[in-house]
Amino acid sequence: MELKFFCREIFLRFFSILLFLTWLPGLSYLRTMNTEFHYRSEPAEKLAIESVSKTFNGRSGKVHALDQVSLNIKEGEFVCLLGPSGCGKSTLLNIIAGLDPPDSGQVLADGKAVTGPGRERMVMFQESALYPWLDVLGNVLYGLKLKPNLTRSERRKVAHFYLKLVGLEKFVHAHVHELSGGMKQRVALARALAPNPRVLLMDEPFAALDAMTREQLYGDLQEIWGKQRKTIVFVTHNVREAVCLGDRVILFSRSPGKIQDHFDIALPRPRGMNSANLANYAAAIDERLKELLKKEQGELNELKVLNG
Amino acid sequence: MKRALKTIIAFALLVAVWEGLVLAKFWSPVLLPSPVDVGKYLIDSIRDGTLLKASAITMKRLGLGYAVGLVLGLPLGLLIARFRFFQDTLGLLALGVQTLPSVCWAPLALLWFGQTEAAMFFIVIMGSLWSITLATDAGVRNVPPIYARAARTMGSRGWHTWLTVILPASLPFVVSGMKQGWAFAWRSLMAAEIYITVLTGFGLGQLLHYGRELNAMEQVIGIMFVIVLIGLLADKLLFSPIERFMHRRWGTAK
Repeated sequence: MELKFFCREIFLRFFSILLFLTWLPGLSYLRTMNTEFHYRSEPAEKLAIESVSKTFNGRSGKVHALDQVSLNIKEGEFVCLLGPSGCGKSTLLNIIAGLDPPDSGQVLADGKAVTGPGRERMVMFQESALYPWLDVLGNVLYGLKLKPNLTRSERRKVAHFYLKLVGLEKFVHAHVHELSGGMKQRVALARALAPNPRVLLMDEPFAALDAMTREQLYGDLQEIWGKQRKTIVFVTHNVREAVCLGDRVILFSRSPGKIQDHFDIALPRPRGMNSANLANYAAAIDERLKELLKKEQGELNELKVLNG
Repeated sequence: MKRALKTIIAFALLVAVWEGLVLAKFWSPVLLPSPVDVGKYLIDSIRDGTLLKASAITMKRLGLGYAVGLVLGLPLGLLIARFRFFQDTLGLLALGVQTLPSVCWAPLALLWFGQTEAAMFFIVIMGSLWSITLATDAGVRNVPPIYARAARTMGSRGWHTWLTVILPASLPFVVSGMKQGWAFAWRSLMAAEIYITVLTGFGLGQLLHYGRELNAMEQVIGIMFVIVLIGLLADKLLFSPIERFMHRRWGTAK
């Protein structure tokens, strides 16, 4: 049994080295991304979004995903970007992350222009985007291995700490496919938190989960945020979710994607999904959202009438 | 254990039926030799060393040719997946040439390299290279883009992303391509060995060929048996461990 295991290990090692060697020539001219930062004199907000615009060339012509969007986010703030699907909120999140460049305008993180993704701004996606060829611990370690000046044992310690934080210390060596949807998102959260980013960008991370799991995760996320005080930008189309989590809810409208309203949520934490106050806030925001959608629909109808 | 026993009994029955048919003179013994004769031939040829030598020569040709196919095929697949230009040129070529049975290369190989080992290698490489290339290309293309995006947010760039994300993520495709490439390499080599007479060593294909020439069907069947056995062994030893690893990690059905 031992021998078999050993042989397999040797074989896999040998194979990975072979694969590695065969790929090298093709890789040499794959350009690495430029992640230089441009310094500005006055460090201001944690995140400053300055008149960011972005258009996509869709199948039915140009889509104005973002139109001159400006927003300031303070250190340690929990901000929710709320809007109907297609309002450009995810696009904005990707621009803040540095995954996509804006057409015009810029995003400043700590006063420095964002020109590419960086580990000080971690992203959590709607799908967990966990790597199936690594186990749970391996996934959390992936980002840590890219962080300089950490020894092997330090990395493992940090990974274990965050897996414990999200309540998965018993599943350290589980395979990704063995986890439930909620557990996968917990691992993704641990993976995003592990390199200790100052900003956490979350793109509808709980949208695909069932209501009960989601509610549990709201609680956990608020607790972790309370402990670690990260700056969190959370994209959602769920009004209650936004009110439950955010210090501030930013309301977006679509075509073109624009900020329509700000709501400060002055509710004590931890917030439960079913409290009456929360429902009141949600009702007010919901009303405003419906108003916006109606207006948008009206404009569309007008356009149709005009076009004959 | 019970499964293995059942397998053995099933095959023993098959051989018994075969022997029974031969004993009943159902066919002429020239057409179908008895399994006892085949066994005798195998034992004799192992004793005098011809079989082992031929197997070693064939495995050497196969191993080297396949290794070259792998070393060339993987980067080519990567190039095709990465750059539109290579996709439109090399990719098209690979797709076309892959449908060509590699024995078609034999006349050219003979002309270019003569009755040499080089001709053998060339045919084996042509047999395995393209399916490995195409599988690598397909593997890279099927990697969910979100994997690379997640890696980039964690600070991975350029070659690091390709090595730690794109390559492992395309492993299921790459391995099935490698398996297919291996099977194609086998077919090509057997065709080449039967078709081309080289003076540098008798492989299994040549033994099979001379079995035919001498009308010794027990030799032909014996060699076929050895080829099947080597194919099975290669699958169990070479590819099964990686496949088991993938099944465990990806959670795909066994």
